[in-house]
Amino acid sequence: MPKTSHKGRRLKWKRMRPLYIMMIPGTLYLIINNYFPMFGIFIAFKKIDYSKGIFASQWTGFDNFRFLFATKDAFVITRNTILYNLVFIVLGTIAGVTVAILLNEVISSVWKKLYQTILLLPQLISMVIVAYIGYAFLNVENGFLNNSVLPLLGLEPVSWYSEPRYWPFILTITHLWKGLGYGSVVYFSAILGIDRELYEAASIDGAKRGQQIRLITLPLLKTTIIIMVLMSVGNIFRSDFGLFYQLPLNSGALYSTTNTIDTYVFRALMQLNNTAMSSAAGVFQSVVGFIVIVIVNGIVRRVDEDSALY
Amino acid sequence: MTGLKRESDSSREVMSTGRKVQQFFINLVLFLLAAAALAPFILLISSSITDEGTLIRNGYSFFPEKISFAAYEYLFASGIKMVRAYGISILVTVVGTVISLGITSTMAYPLSRKDLPGRNAFLFFVFFTMLFNGGLTPSYMMWTRIFHIKNTIFALIIPGLLMSAFNLILMKNYFAANIPGELLEAARVDGAGEFHIFCRIVIPISTPIMATIGLFVALGYWNDWQNGLYYLSNRMDLYSLQNYLNKMMQDIQYLNSGRNEAMMANLQGMTMPSTAIRMALSVMGVIPVMVLYPFFQKYFTKGITIGSVKG
Repeated sequence: MPKTSHKGRRLKWKRMRPLYIMMIPGTLYLIINNYFPMFGIFIAFKKIDYSKGIFASQWTGFDNFRFLFATKDAFVITRNTILYNLVFIVLGTIAGVTVAILLNEVISSVWKKLYQTILLLPQLISMVIVAYIGYAFLNVENGFLNNSVLPLLGLEPVSWYSEPRYWPFILTITHLWKGLGYGSVVYFSAILGIDRELYEAASIDGAKRGQQIRLITLPLLKTTIIIMVLMSVGNIFRSDFGLFYQLPLNSGALYSTTNTIDTYVFRALMQLNNTAMSSAAGVFQSVVGFIVIVIVNGIVRRVDEDSALY
Repeated sequence: MTGLKRESDSSREVMSTGRKVQQFFINLVLFLLAAAALAPFILLISSSITDEGTLIRNGYSFFPEKISFAAYEYLFASGIKMVRAYGISILVTVVGTVISLGITSTMAYPLSRKDLPGRNAFLFFVFFTMLFNGGLTPSYMMWTRIFHIKNTIFALIIPGLLMSAFNLILMKNYFAANIPGELLEAARVDGAGEFHIFCRIVIPISTPIMATIGLFVALGYWNDWQNGLYYLSNRMDLYSLQNYLNKMMQDIQYLNSGRNEAMMANLQGMTMPSTAIRMALSVMGVIPVMVLYPFFQKYFTKGITIGSVKG
């Protein structure tokens, strides 16, 4: 008996071996691209001296973090990252659900398709192109706003790229413009998944469209909405680097309202060559982000186990 | 009851006035939103075909007083750099997408097999990369100091974009849900090996998920400018279209800031893109995606849907 099971195991191993071989390239990529840098967080606990090499550089404990949090930047980038995410989540969800419900009410299938197609367009383009679009609207001398809109309202031209106070609005509008198609498609497909018979039964009972939306659509969308919101909350410590770096054209005058953790890490590393600050901010983001994701995933599991990340 | 039923039947045939008014307002709101989504693109295009003098007088606008294609003529006449950037973008997108689909599908298939010993450990290994990452600084140092890909074409293909845990999971779920176990069993009885089964059975019946994920990976490569920004410091000849556009915007900013006069003098030999050419450049960046959009829209919408509900 043990002999055959041993043989069976060997046979199975022989069968399965190609499967493991197939996984080698992907596994190697994840080890190099994702796991290696995780161990690289030790850089944040060293004073990097390139003449000695990264590994031989001196350990400094939490000094880099102490320096980081002693700066005003630490507060500004954390605040900006979290506040923008909160605003994006609230407005993005409301806009996405509203458009999805409206789309579902449209009778003409041609128009329904056309609206979806057009709303998804901004999703397709890179943030570099978005920066050009922003420039067409906001440029001081040639911009559409300063030349065509503000004079119409009798207002003076604004120097958009050096006035931080307008940027919370500019960034939010741009984010909504780019993301609306995605959000509405997600919620619209969730609505399409709702049993049609529920609506037919309700209309036979004399429920108006408005009542049907309030009593059938919204309650049945609740789980999808909660999941989507929680997933976004899980990423509250991550910001869209492209949006915050490209759209303001990396303008130093705007940092108070446009600098987020991701843009800070980038600038510290690439423009200031300050490895200490950039790695400390990066580790801060990864660790706190990890904790938030784990907590949020725990909540998602309670709401709907199938939607949990793990 | 019968009266109500008859009424709802007739409302299906001929819309009541209330319903018509409702439809009108719903369509109006969506029409305005769609117009708002489209407007920035129209501003780009109309600005790019505006006469230079008109632009300087009136700024960028939706309805140009005087139309001129001079910007495009200039681009095509002196556009060697841009043609090159187009070529790099196409090369990187094609090579990246092919390799990505290769390593993603060969890893996703074994993971979709419930009988694979150690499957859960592998799945955790994949999932964990979605929860935690080392951040930009260690990645940058690894790619530049250990693998030395800085200022090579590999910098545009390898870091970050080649495979994501997210796509891997989507593909794994698709395989698990759509490949009938009996089919695999039958092939096994016929003596087919696992690799043979993967090539001859799994891949041919998985074209929808390959197309969907391939599309998102390709869009990721086509639109990527970050790898070029991080890793191409002195190889402008390797710039993709997005890097080229990004560089143009940086130069415009630099000149506008007017701080560095030495730099200005330095650049005088070079004809900087004029007002219209800036917008013509970005239109050239948008066009390929827009032209192909009708063909891939189906997969794009589907990808968003399966991505949001995790398969």
